[in-house]
This record gives sequence, structure tokens and C-alpha cells, in this order.
Amino acid sequence: MAQFPLEGYRVIDFGSAWAVPQMTHIAADMGAEVIKVESHLRVDYGRVAKVAVPKGVSVKTPADLAAFDPDQLETSPVFHIMNRDKRAITVDFTKPRGAELLRELCRKSDIVADNFTPGVLDKYGLGYKALKALKPDIIVVSLCFAGHTGPLKNTRGYAPIITALGGTDSLVGYHDEVNPCALRFAYGDHVSAIYGAYAMLAALVYRNRTGKGQYIDISEWEATLSLLGEPLMDYIMNKRVQRPRGNRVPNMAPHGFYPCKGDYQWVSIAVKTEKEWSSFCKAMLNPPWSKEARFSDLRSRLQNQDALDKLVGEWTKNYTPYEATEILQEVGVAAAPFMISKDQYHDPHFQARGTFVNVTHPKSGPEVLYGVPWRLSDTPGEVRSSGPLLGGDNEYVFKGLLNVSDEEYNRLIEEKVIF
Amino acid sequence: MAEQLLSGLKVVECGNFISAAHCAKMMADLGAEVVKVEEPGAGDESREYGPFPDDIPHPERSGLYLYLNANKLGITLNIKTATGQRILKELLKDTDVFVENNPAKLMKEWELDYARLKKINPRLIMTSITPYGQTGPYKDYKAYAINCCAVGGVSQITGHHWREPLTMPVSLGHYQAAIAAAGATMVALLARDVIGHGQQVDISEAEVWATYHVGFGVTKYTGGAGDGLTKGYLGGGMTYPAGRLIPCKDGYIALVAPQLKQWLKFLELMGTPDWTKDPRYRDRHAMQDDYPEEVDALLTPWFLERTKKEIFDICEKNAIPFAPMYDMADEVNDPHLKAREFFVTVDREEVGKLEYPGAPYKLHDAPWALKRPAPLLGEHDEEIYCKRLGYTRGDLTALERAGII
Repeated sequence: MAQFPLEGYRVIDFGSAWAVPQMTHIAADMGAEVIKVESHLRVDYGRVAKVAVPKGVSVKTPADLAAFDPDQLETSPVFHIMNRDKRAITVDFTKPRGAELLRELCRKSDIVADNFTPGVLDKYGLGYKALKALKPDIIVVSLCFAGHTGPLKNTRGYAPIITALGGTDSLVGYHDEVNPCALRFAYGDHVSAIYGAYAMLAALVYRNRTGKGQYIDISEWEATLSLLGEPLMDYIMNKRVQRPRGNRVPNMAPHGFYPCKGDYQWVSIAVKTEKEWSSFCKAMLNPPWSKEARFSDLRSRLQNQDALDKLVGEWTKNYTPYEATEILQEVGVAAAPFMISKDQYHDPHFQARGTFVNVTHPKSGPEVLYGVPWRLSDTPGEVRSSGPLLGGDNEYVFKGLLNVSDEEYNRLIEEKVIF
Repeated sequence: MAEQLLSGLKVVECGNFISAAHCAKMMADLGAEVVKVEEPGAGDESREYGPFPDDIPHPERSGLYLYLNANKLGITLNIKTATGQRILKELLKDTDVFVENNPAKLMKEWELDYARLKKINPRLIMTSITPYGQTGPYKDYKAYAINCCAVGGVSQITGHHWREPLTMPVSLGHYQAAIAAAGATMVALLARDVIGHGQQVDISEAEVWATYHVGFGVTKYTGGAGDGLTKGYLGGGMTYPAGRLIPCKDGYIALVAPQLKQWLKFLELMGTPDWTKDPRYRDRHAMQDDYPEEVDALLTPWFLERTKKEIFDICEKNAIPFAPMYDMADEVNDPHLKAREFFVTVDREEVGKLEYPGAPYKLHDAPWALKRPAPLLGEHDEEIYCKRLGYTRGDLTALERAGII
């Protein structure tokens, strides 16, 4: 049994922030050697994301950043999550020797991933064309907001923009409010990361079969939009623009979050079939209102949802979310507690599955990261280490993998090429 | 047709609605052969879901079904019966990947669990997608998309914190599970070359939300930085504006400005109004975390005077990363997506020529392609049962009469 099925593969990660780092950590968890490329002029955004600048302090230059406790760049939780199991080097590829060393590193690798705006890596001889010339079967994954072609290709893809321009935000909101609610997590980045991981690994399958590489151009816009087939088809077929439906769906009632005992406590309930409805009524001990004609079938329940939701809420408020869930699951009704992060961490199901794992970071100490949600029975992978230190693997990569002499190595540090 | 990434891969798909179908679709779109197995009679549930042209339900005209199941061969088979289970096993003998999203309890009852299937085909990879996974106290819990969002923790950060939480729209959780399942299946394929046999891939929809999307919340909680992600973008700590949505003349604009210079440039474009000199509106952290709606209201008048296009143009010219919120009409008509050839037109019996969303990524040498439309119910029964498994037409008639196909 090989616990780490991607052992032996090497990935060079030029990414920053969420999407590409997350995409490559997926491979790292499975045993691939992922080498993250940064420089003191350009650290991964995740390292600084948690830095709250005190009043009166400027961080306009690298010197300003360095004036902070340098460990600030090492202790960002978000950086650790996205970059666990990786190695990291610092090199300035705008300097010719830096670019040359990176080209050599890519030649010895299987996959190169980046999320630069189109043209940046090409400028320094690190684009697909240059790399393919050195290593014909190289797999390059370039991920950016709008892709590498088209009139909007230079649009910067911060997470809120992905879900706005990508159409998802137009569907998020309450059924009874005028304005949509923007998503408040980096949904578009995560979708792109998982899609990118799939495409990257499918390219490996292809390479193993045919010996050929691949250039994969991922647009975060297209990745997130491609999941909106349902409302897209409604417009394509019927010229109808779907708006937010809140917690309502066309084929289930009751359906929503119902208030429970305690402060901001909720249980999610979804009733689809008539069998589930009668089980639900039974679990509530068949209150008289449940026998009314206006709730007798799905169609009438959908027509009277406001009243229905109110009445269901009067039942749920007597229970905690876990109690309501247990009562309803007992009779085969889909119910589940609304959870915040704290609830998830302590939840018996996530605990039993080991969804969240303990790691130790050399500067931050013990921390909890999410584990490996791709559960393969025979080759499960594992989270072994937290985020890498800035330039922590410089010696291993430059001297060990690229055979740079001690003398040149020291000179390159002085010249700020390895920097 | 040029060689595609997964040409030659044999996939069988069993289940209902979205997660198994989208996972298998991802492989079909890269050239894998996917045989979709549907229950005779009604077929996949997505056939009755819609949307339908002119809102008239018809099992061969459901937009969701058509989108999810292009590029696949379709057969009918009643796997609730012993005969159906036996026939499925015949099919699985010569299959690489079996994608399914049935409850684990039922798969065991139907004797189609992995422990049994691996005996008939040791190289089979079984990719099982469920709400909570194959193990754990909730493994047999019933759940729909909203429940997975609840347990998955995304509802804590969706909606307003002053009223009930929101589920993610249009069953997006099912798609997350599908994409994760497809990726994990690729790992299993690569692993197969190393260990010489298949394995089971266990994907839980709630777990996919809880890890990739909001897993950072647990890291924050265990690090002593708050119990959850209820308020603000990413649960707080960002600078205004982060994920604000401001109404404009003909829609909404999404605002984000991680760099101070981007924000200052925008204020300059607005004519640096007096309120920007008030110290209350110079602390971007407080503005974002404590009173964002107040600042939104101050910005709104400038936005209401301008259209989405006008604002987007001004921002692009000035390197300000604001962008319009697009709805589905905007998407289908967008010039950039047209230039990328994102939408693909397919002609299909019963609905005629329709556009469909296309590739989520561009592959230069082994392209993504929409080669055939979604199958009619049982369209390839003869091709698979007769040509491949050696049944006669007489056998098929008998099976049909018995309700097996």
C-alpha cells in the first residue's frame, strides 16, 4: 500500500493567495514534492493577509515589511492552510540568473502552476513556450480571472470579483429582499482550485498514457460560471433571468433554516416527498395545522410557504439543533444542525472522520488545519507539515537539486538573486 | 477526433440529480466513455427538475438534465432488482471507474458495495459521493443540499447575520462534491499504476464545504480568534471595501480594494467628497468590520448615477478592481465569453439547437469537447446490452417486460 500516490512527482508553484496555492497543496497532501517560488520582493499574499498595520506605520517597501517582526511573514494561519506540505524558495526571476535557475528547476519538474496575469512569466522566459522547449512533456497550469485570451484577460481576479462577474452573486440573497447579498468567502478561488487540481491530474494521466504534456489555461470566471447550468439554461431556453430564491427551492417544502433554542441557533430542514412530509408530521406529533388542506401536498405547501415556515418554526424552537436533527432523522427526514466553525470542530461526525488534523509549525507551534477530504481507501495521503518558511528550502533546491556550488550560492545571495 | 486527456477511460455512472452526473460529465468532456445508468420509467430525477422550454415539463427537455449529461451514452437498468444488479456487475467487469451517489446503506442492500465489486474487478475504482461520507455517525443521515451547507459551515458566512442563514443557491454543494470526486478519481487512476489495483474514493459533500471553502474558520477558532465566521468578509479582518455590493443605475457593482492606492484613486474619481476627510471614514478596518452598510450608503449616490458599463470602464482605465455583478443575461451576451467561445451550441432531438455552458478550462493540445448531446432515456440500451454484453433483442424485450430495463 502506497500512502502517498503522487510521490515522485514535482510541482513548481508560482501561485499567490488562494486558488493556485490551494490547487497545489492538494497534490502535496498526496505526496508530490511541491516547491513554492517567492521572493522578498514578492511574498505570497497569504503571508501578509493577516498583518494588521498599526496606525502611523507604513509598509510600502520590503524594508518596511522587514522592520516588522520577521516572524509576521511566517505565522499567518491562512498561509499555512494553503501551503501545507510544501517546500519554499526565494528567487528574483527578474534577474537573468534567477530566471535561468528556475528554468532548470522546471525542466526537472512535472508540473508548473501560476496565477500571474497573462504575459508575466513569458517576459522572463518562464512561459509555456520556453518551458516546453526545455522539457517537451511539461504540464503548465495557468490560472487567472478571465483566462489568457479575450478582451478582459487583464482583469484582476480578487475573490469578490469572481463571484460578481462570474454570475454567482446574482443568485445569492433572501427571497423577500430586493438586493442580492454578495458571497463573503472566496468561493470562486476554491472552485477554481479544485477544478484546477482535477485538470492538472487528468493531464498527468494523459502524460503517463501518451508521453505528451499540456498547457492548461483556467479562467476562474469560466470555472465558477460552468456550475450555473441550471439558471443559464433558464435564460437560454426562456430568456428568464433567475433572481435569488433565498432558502426556497421549487421542489421541496418545508425547506429552510428554522429557529431553535438558544442564541442564533438553527436547524436546516428539507422535505421533498409526500412520504417525508407525513413522517415529518408524525415526528411533530401530528399538530392540527399539519392536516390543513393548504399543506396537504407539495404544490399547496409551496403556495403557502410563509405560513408553513412560521408554523414549523414554532415546533423547532422547542429544541436545540442537534435534538431536532435527531428526532427528524429518526423518521427519515432530512434535517441537520446549522454549524459555525466551533461547532464543526467539536462535532462527533467530523471528529470520527478526522476531518481536521493537528500539525506543528516551527514558529506558530501547534495548529489545526483541515485534512484531506479526498478519501482514498488504499492511498489516502496525509497532511504532514504546516506552511513552509520563507526561503526555507533554498539550500535543498539550489545546491541539492540544481547543483549550484557553495561559492555561487553565497554570491547569489549577496547579489539578491536568491532573495 | 483528436486524442483527449481521458480517451479510452471507461466510466459507468449510477445515481440521481447532480453530484454523480457532474463528476462523470467532467470525465466525459475530456474524452472518457461514460455510460449513464438510469432507472427505467422516470429516469434520472433531473429529468423532472427543469427548467423546461416555456415551463412545460417533459423528461427529454429538462435544461438541467441536458446540461449535465451531454457526452454520455445512456441505458436503463433497475438496480433495485437482483437481475439488474447482476447485469450491472457484468458491465462493471470491464469498467475503470464507477461513479455513484446512492446512499451507502442501499448500495450494501443491493450488494453493490465496494467490498463486493472489487472481487469482480480488482482494477475498478469506485467513486462514491454522499452528503456525509461512507463512515461516521451521520453516514446514513438523509440530506439535501441545504443540509450539507448547514453542516458544511458555509451558511454561517452566507446571508445577513441579523436574520436566518442562507443556503448556497442552485444546489452548488452537489457540484463541489462532484469536482472533488473527479479530482480524487484521477489520483486513484495514477495510484492504480503504482499499486496495481483500484480502490474506493469516498467524497462527502459537507466535508468538501467544511475544508476547502471554510476550513480556515476552524483554524481561526482553534487559534483563539473567534468561534465562527458570522460577520464580514472572511469572518472579519479585511479592509473596506471587501465584497461590498452597491446598487447602480442598472444593477450592482462589486467592490474590493486590497491596496490602499486603489481605494484612494477611487475616492479621487468620486471628487474626494467631504465625508472622506472624517476620521471615521479613514480607518478601513473599522469601516469594513463595524459599519460597512454606513459607508455603502455614502457611496451609493455616485453609483446610482452611472450604469454597470460606465463604472466598469472607468475602473478598468484607473486600475481599480471593481466590477459589475452579472446576471445570466449578462453572461450569455458577454463579448469576452464570446471571444473565449465559452458557450457551445448543440442540436438535440426534442429541444433543437441550444447553447450550453462550455469548458471550465482550455486545454491546448487535447481539447475539451461537446461531442454528443445528452442521451434520450435508454437511447443506448441496444448498443450496450446487445453489442457489448451479448444480449439478444429477445432478451431485451423480456427484460423490458420484467421492468429491469
